[in-house]
Amino acid sequence: MKKLSARRRHPLAALVVLLFALAITGGAYAAFAPAEKAQADSSAQSLAIDEGKRLFAVGCSSCHGLNGEGSADGPSLVGVGSAAVDFQVGTGRMPAQQPGAQIPKKKNIYSQSDIDQMAAFVASLGPGPVTPTSEQYTSTETDAISKGGDLFRTNCAQCHNFAGAGGALTQGKYAPSLEGVSAKHIFEAMQTGPQSMPAFPESTMPEKQKQEIVAFVRYQANEAPNPGGLTLGSLGPVTEGLFGWIFGLGVLIAVAIWVAAHTTKAKKS
Amino acid sequence: MSSSPSTTPPAAPASTRAKPANKGEAAADYLDGRLGIYSLAKANLRKIFPDHWSFMLGEICLYTFVIIILTGVYLTLFFKPSMGEVVYNGSYAPLDGIRMSEAYASTLNISFEVRGGLLIRQIHHWAAIVFVAAMFVHMMRVFFTGAFRKPREINWVFGFLLLCLGFFDGFMGYSLPDDLLSGTGIRFMEGAVLAVPLVGTYIQMFLFGGEFPGTDIIPRFFTIHVLLIPGVMLGLLVAHLILVFYHKHTQWGGPGKTEKNVVGMPLMPVYMAKAGGFFFLVFGIIAMMSAVASVNPVWAYGPYRPDQVSTDAQPDWYMGFAEGLIRVMPGWEVRAWGHTLNLGVFIPLMLFPLVLVLIAAYPFIEGWIIGDKREHHILDRPRNVPVRTGLGAAWITLYVVLLIGGGNDLIATHFHLSLNDITYFVRVGSFVLPIAVFYITKRWCLGLQRRDKEKVLHGRETGVIKRLPHGEFIEVHAQLPQGALHTLTSHEQPQPLELPSEVDENGVARKVGLLTKTRAKLSEGYFGEGGQIPKPTVEEHQEITSGHGHH
Repeated sequence: MKKLSARRRHPLAALVVLLFALAITGGAYAAFAPAEKAQADSSAQSLAIDEGKRLFAVGCSSCHGLNGEGSADGPSLVGVGSAAVDFQVGTGRMPAQQPGAQIPKKKNIYSQSDIDQMAAFVASLGPGPVTPTSEQYTSTETDAISKGGDLFRTNCAQCHNFAGAGGALTQGKYAPSLEGVSAKHIFEAMQTGPQSMPAFPESTMPEKQKQEIVAFVRYQANEAPNPGGLTLGSLGPVTEGLFGWIFGLGVLIAVAIWVAAHTTKAKKS
Repeated sequence: MSSSPSTTPPAAPASTRAKPANKGEAAADYLDGRLGIYSLAKANLRKIFPDHWSFMLGEICLYTFVIIILTGVYLTLFFKPSMGEVVYNGSYAPLDGIRMSEAYASTLNISFEVRGGLLIRQIHHWAAIVFVAAMFVHMMRVFFTGAFRKPREINWVFGFLLLCLGFFDGFMGYSLPDDLLSGTGIRFMEGAVLAVPLVGTYIQMFLFGGEFPGTDIIPRFFTIHVLLIPGVMLGLLVAHLILVFYHKHTQWGGPGKTEKNVVGMPLMPVYMAKAGGFFFLVFGIIAMMSAVASVNPVWAYGPYRPDQVSTDAQPDWYMGFAEGLIRVMPGWEVRAWGHTLNLGVFIPLMLFPLVLVLIAAYPFIEGWIIGDKREHHILDRPRNVPVRTGLGAAWITLYVVLLIGGGNDLIATHFHLSLNDITYFVRVGSFVLPIAVFYITKRWCLGLQRRDKEKVLHGRETGVIKRLPHGEFIEVHAQLPQGALHTLTSHEQPQPLELPSEVDENGVARKVGLLTKTRAKLSEGYFGEGGQIPKPTVEEHQEITSGHGHH
């Protein structure tokens, strides 16, 4: 130790220290740097993120900001996750046409790969719900529809109506009809809670229950035959009353007019 | 056909009767001897009824009522009015394994297992919707034509009670299946009961036999729905019809029609055939509707659970105005001395009967204002009583505006409007629109009266254009036929009530009560200068038609 101490003012001491420091840094880098394989994956991911960023800059950034930080016209997208992008763009809601009480569903203009790239970019901004795979939103249980129906009536029917026909909210907002909505999008909506809808994360509604709800909605709003005939929109007694007045009483009055107009002729006496 | 008047009168002893000519006569003799049907049939079988389509609205009510009774009896064979809990294992797979009440399970059973059950259920419900709608239109026909005037005021009240009972029986029927919509309706009713000050909670406990929902409410509603209300309605219905026979039917004015006759055709055979045929037409149309369109799809609603609710939870249309009252009422509350007075529900609860009573009391109010004690069997043309027609239109407007309030969510979604805006519209509209509609309708009626007067005095436009020698073009008008002139001018035009002079013949000041003054003011409104256009007189008509050739 004494020897080392004595030579600390040697002209080459600084060089030796520098060499040691470089060796430690380099060694530490070699030990902790990501493995070769991971590096390859990362580059594919980063390619998608880059592509997504470019699409985002064209289609989304005017409201959400170039880095998804948000502006007065659109919320920040940090932490919304890829599922939110897949839902919003996949159902045509985003990019929005114009501001309003609620952004309506419209024709989707992006391909699925474009959507995936934008989703990758937005997911890279911060962790959030991940786009589900088909195993995640497809239930294999046989009683999924009846269980899902019960869950739907508890959690969803107060806005979306008993048959998923949709309903009104305040100030021009509404819960949209669930007819024709794909299983993936129903699942994503529950994950992310778009617009006025509350989110149903794993902690409040486990994946299995979401699957059951998806099964019920797909059945009720899309496949279910209506044993009673025309559903009249499945909108409850209002449309029934309208139908009763027009096609019930209306037709009956028309028939009454017809009956009264055709009567026996008085015999000439 | 009834036996001809030349046969032996029923009072004659049987031994002196001639031997019956055929089996039919023998059967008639047998029944007459035991039931005395001869005099009844003689008096009523040839009873004359006038012919007009609007007189058949009541028939629609009667026939739909019969259809409801018939299908209702079938449904009671399979319905279990019980709130006992069962797990469903029937044929409707989407509800498999769900816990529900026996009432709901048996309704599903009726819909899916019982032969023809779903069709009968739908006929029952559609017929109920059309029944109340028909009663409503029938009542409006009676209102606008003044058919409620003496001697028919009591029958008007019977009809009104039938309408109200129809509302309530419909509501009970809607509640019975214990589906999600039914239960929400019962919950609504419970809330309304609880909003009654002081006694609300006691009534609620009595009605439900404990906390909501309990297990009593469905069996209780069932008894009221199938026994109590239909029984009362049947009694009122019979009384209503007996009074129609007793008073004889009203008729439209026209040549040969007076307050003392009825021009039309006999019950037997003409109306027996027409009415009988019309019954089958009504039944057929209701059955067709029920085969084509779903009503109250209970399987889609799911069983009632107090923690679940669906949007679009409205009552059937006839209770929609009550729903509207609740929906648009601000949620006012008064808290004092540890109690809450829920005005947001209590005020609508009080307005609900008021809306109905307004129309029910009208004949008596009009009778008091006009002070006319004579019988009326000739109907008014609505235009000839502008104030009444205006008031009727105003009432319908109020009803419809409240209905819009009751369906505000569907109007919002289907017309892309804001729910809040509709609510504000209804709040203002239920005060403003009836008044506006009253004035518009009244002016409209006066315009039509002027047109009638013009037609009587100047004839109708023929569409023939004549060129006069000096080049002027005129349209040739043709005189109306005598019958048409009569129809347009035969109505009475009452004069407004005159207040007695301020001093009597001795110069002593006369006391005139406030009530009399109000009555005179109202009477002035009905029949004063602004209330009607003086109809053309014979002299006016003669002066114009006697000849100078100009139109």
